[in-house]
Amino acid sequence: MPDLLIELFSEEIPARMQKRASEDLQKLVTDGLVEAGLTYAGAAAFATPRRLTLALDGLTAESKPVREERKGPKVGAPDKAIDGFLRGAGVAREDLEVRDDKKGQVYFAVIEKPGRMAADIVAEVLEQAIRNFPWPKSMRWGAGTLKWVRPLHSILCILTDEAGAAIVPLDVDGITSGNTTRGHRFLAPDTFSVVSFDDYEAKLKRAHVVLRPDERAEAIWAEATNQAFALGLEVVEDRGLLAEVAGLVEWPVVLLGKIDDDFLGLPSEVLQTSMKEHQKFFSVRNPKTGRIERFVTVANMETADNGATILAGNQKVLSARLADAKFFWENDLRVAKAGMGPWLESLGNVTFHNKLGSQKDRIERIETWAEKIAPFLNADVELCKEAARVAKADLSSEMVYEFPELQGLMGRYYCKAAGLHDAVAAACQGHYSPLSPIDEVPTVGVVVAVALADKLDILTGFWSINEKPTGSKDPFALRRACLGIIRLELLNHTRLPLLDFFKEMIKGHFDDSELVDASIDDKAKDLLSFFHDRLKVFLKDKGIRHDIIDACIAMPGNDDLTLLVKRAEALAATLATDDGENLIQGFKRANNILTQAEDKDGVEYSYGADIKFAEDVAEKALFAALDAADAKIAPAMESEDFSTAMTAMAALRGPIDQFFTDVQVNAESELIRRNRLNLLSRIRKICLSVADLTKVEG
Amino acid sequence: MVDKPRSFQEIILRLQAYWAAKGCAILQPYDMEVGAGTFHPATTLRALGSKPWAAAYVQSSRRPTDGRYGENPNRLQHYYQYQVIIKPSPPDLQELYLGSLAAIGIDASMHDIRFVEDDWESPTLGAWGLGWEVWCDGMEVSQFTYFQQVGGHDCKPVSGELTYGLERLAIYILGVDHVMDMPFNDPQTPIPLTYGDVFRQTEQEYARWNFDVADTKILLEHFEHAEAECQRILDMPAHDPKKDMQIIMVHPAYDQCIKASHLFNLLDARGVISVTERQAYIGRVRALAKACADAFVQTDAGGAVA
Repeated sequence: MPDLLIELFSEEIPARMQKRASEDLQKLVTDGLVEAGLTYAGAAAFATPRRLTLALDGLTAESKPVREERKGPKVGAPDKAIDGFLRGAGVAREDLEVRDDKKGQVYFAVIEKPGRMAADIVAEVLEQAIRNFPWPKSMRWGAGTLKWVRPLHSILCILTDEAGAAIVPLDVDGITSGNTTRGHRFLAPDTFSVVSFDDYEAKLKRAHVVLRPDERAEAIWAEATNQAFALGLEVVEDRGLLAEVAGLVEWPVVLLGKIDDDFLGLPSEVLQTSMKEHQKFFSVRNPKTGRIERFVTVANMETADNGATILAGNQKVLSARLADAKFFWENDLRVAKAGMGPWLESLGNVTFHNKLGSQKDRIERIETWAEKIAPFLNADVELCKEAARVAKADLSSEMVYEFPELQGLMGRYYCKAAGLHDAVAAACQGHYSPLSPIDEVPTVGVVVAVALADKLDILTGFWSINEKPTGSKDPFALRRACLGIIRLELLNHTRLPLLDFFKEMIKGHFDDSELVDASIDDKAKDLLSFFHDRLKVFLKDKGIRHDIIDACIAMPGNDDLTLLVKRAEALAATLATDDGENLIQGFKRANNILTQAEDKDGVEYSYGADIKFAEDVAEKALFAALDAADAKIAPAMESEDFSTAMTAMAALRGPIDQFFTDVQVNAESELIRRNRLNLLSRIRKICLSVADLTKVEG
Repeated sequence: MVDKPRSFQEIILRLQAYWAAKGCAILQPYDMEVGAGTFHPATTLRALGSKPWAAAYVQSSRRPTDGRYGENPNRLQHYYQYQVIIKPSPPDLQELYLGSLAAIGIDASMHDIRFVEDDWESPTLGAWGLGWEVWCDGMEVSQFTYFQQVGGHDCKPVSGELTYGLERLAIYILGVDHVMDMPFNDPQTPIPLTYGDVFRQTEQEYARWNFDVADTKILLEHFEHAEAECQRILDMPAHDPKKDMQIIMVHPAYDQCIKASHLFNLLDARGVISVTERQAYIGRVRALAKACADAFVQTDAGGAVA
């Protein structure tokens, strides 16, 4: 059982592609080997900036011979058909066998494939893997046509068994396989040969290459946190950056450096972003002050001066970068303190969407909506308007131009610098929230108003121009905006009449002449049902069944999400009780009998049952129970106290069950029968006043 | 110990000597305003077609939006690039490149030199390639690109392109903190000059003009003229009646394309181009570059078989 070692040695592979590439190499090669009839015991793949490595152990030495029989055309079939069969099976006519079949004599081809040596299979599979490698982007080089992520320099491919290591011969566009590789580009550039994976990994380490990405990442993190700890500082954790940095070095050397005092006044997010994006530095924080005061850089080199030159160079580069950031910050502060006028003007040149105008147009609309939403949040109208006006101003700032990921956050800093109200500053950052299902939801009225206005503008805008999400396509993140509104409303118990807002806003996206009112209504209703769909997904995650939500959506006022969810929660809680669950049965039974009778008789039994025709005790008891329930449910519904209403409704379970046990609805006397049907109608009316229980399953 | 250069110009001279020794034709800067050394026809046009090519040159480059009135330690609206282009890219291009760093005094055993992914794309040239920015101690000292496409044409063979940002590289090698303090010539000469002596005033002048004074109406007209002239030149019949021979005037047309590109950069710095218009302008310049590339591959230098 030989072991297989493959290394594809190239010029520097982008860090972000390494992990996936090592997995792809493993998959392509192992799939190919298995396909060709080999098996293996274990596989592991690794990547460094310059190599992809795959190690397989316990590979079978050769594939088993394969015998395959294929049934062909009938004897006497046209030559064309027989020739086609021969081509497909890859055999000659004289090799065909004639056998008896149910329908007569038929040609059979027997294809014998001898077993093949592992080396032959590996060579073939590896060549195919190299030629068909799924790099996200690949390139040609020199005068060749082979494609790889960067120029491919050498292929190491050996099979090792008790007898020793043997090169698997292979040639891909002039790159021939061998048993050698190289160490670190500067620290151990010479080639060396290897005989097995263990030998390979050990020799690489001696040649200043740590093969395993995890080992490099762990070493970096351990050393960085140690060095910071020694100074009473802490490294700001960033797993993405750690993985990236581990993909930029074969021999990590961690160096801790200082940030020049001149720049410690910059917002810490600016320091962190600049250091991470431009320099791939980790930020090091002083836990006492919360400030970012130092950085960690990871070099790929050991030097005689223990990295002093490297660190000094890195510090200098950082200072130049931060000088730029400071230049942006100071310019931006000047504009901010002068009222942000030029920023707002220039947003007129930024197209939001060619059918929905510029960012400036959008800001004006958001201001209008925020003003109308403010009363629903008891938020100060003037502050809401001001917040809407400036919330996106920072998109024109130099800092956000340089670091788009700081949008909102910079706005907050600039508003504070301009002396604007805290809530206005908070709205700059907060109005984008919530960005994800787990993102925190704002609760300050002004922030919520702008956040709602912003998202409603997006949704009604795209609904106006028929750009709705389809399947997996949602380029404008409309589902996210919708879920954002749902969470904002529910958490803040906001009671927006959404349908009215939709209509007004959709109308606002058009000139009056463009759209007839009916079409506006259709779009608004369609958007509301999109909200209801999102709401179902949202509540399902919270354990509320879709049929319960449907039962509540069917009630009036369903564009008031807070009310809708309150109703659904009360219903879910009621249905979770024994009475509630059984009431549904009773309601359904009553409803079925009633519906059938109404269909049959062609009348609606809603004239009010009269207790004087009640004969049975259970019947009289039901009358009393319904009266009692009515007295409780009506005022409770009036005050939107669904849980009281539903508890009262659930209390009907006993009397209803008893009624069905003791009383025959279809009595001999037509008068009594009709009275009882009218009684069932009261059950239906009471139950449907709370939620549309016909929609509830079970 | 590596022998360190003592001035900005010595770094340039050493690069010239190194790449000359490696077989490159040492060309002179193109006599037009360009945004990067890549725009020099020795790169843009010569990367096209099948003929082998090897050249190196200094190119002054202008990025109007990067002006900082000479105050930023390394950001300038006018700076120098050193450009090397070799077609087909040799297999040891990385080693050749590292050799050039050694030649200008970067001792690889004392520094951290890395190749960090940076794909190159020039929307105005309709060009792209894959490669890296080369980092020395965290500083980008060069751009290293394998051209895949120029002017919409696949590069066959592939050219290897190296671009050194000379000022930044020199600041680092010479150990100065600010570009303006960097010795331009040898500090030991009777008249020592710093980079600031040569360029501080011009940086201020151009920054003011670029940002606040340039007449955008005239610039827009120039842009239209350059675009029209480029197209007119390429629309001329290939046959020259006077000489009775084929003369496709690719380079004069390409000059107009370069002009249009620079005018666009100036208009951009003046902030008069909106985001939507921006794409349209880039598209117009790209159309010119593509037309020039189409024409170039019809010529002898472009590898056309007569």
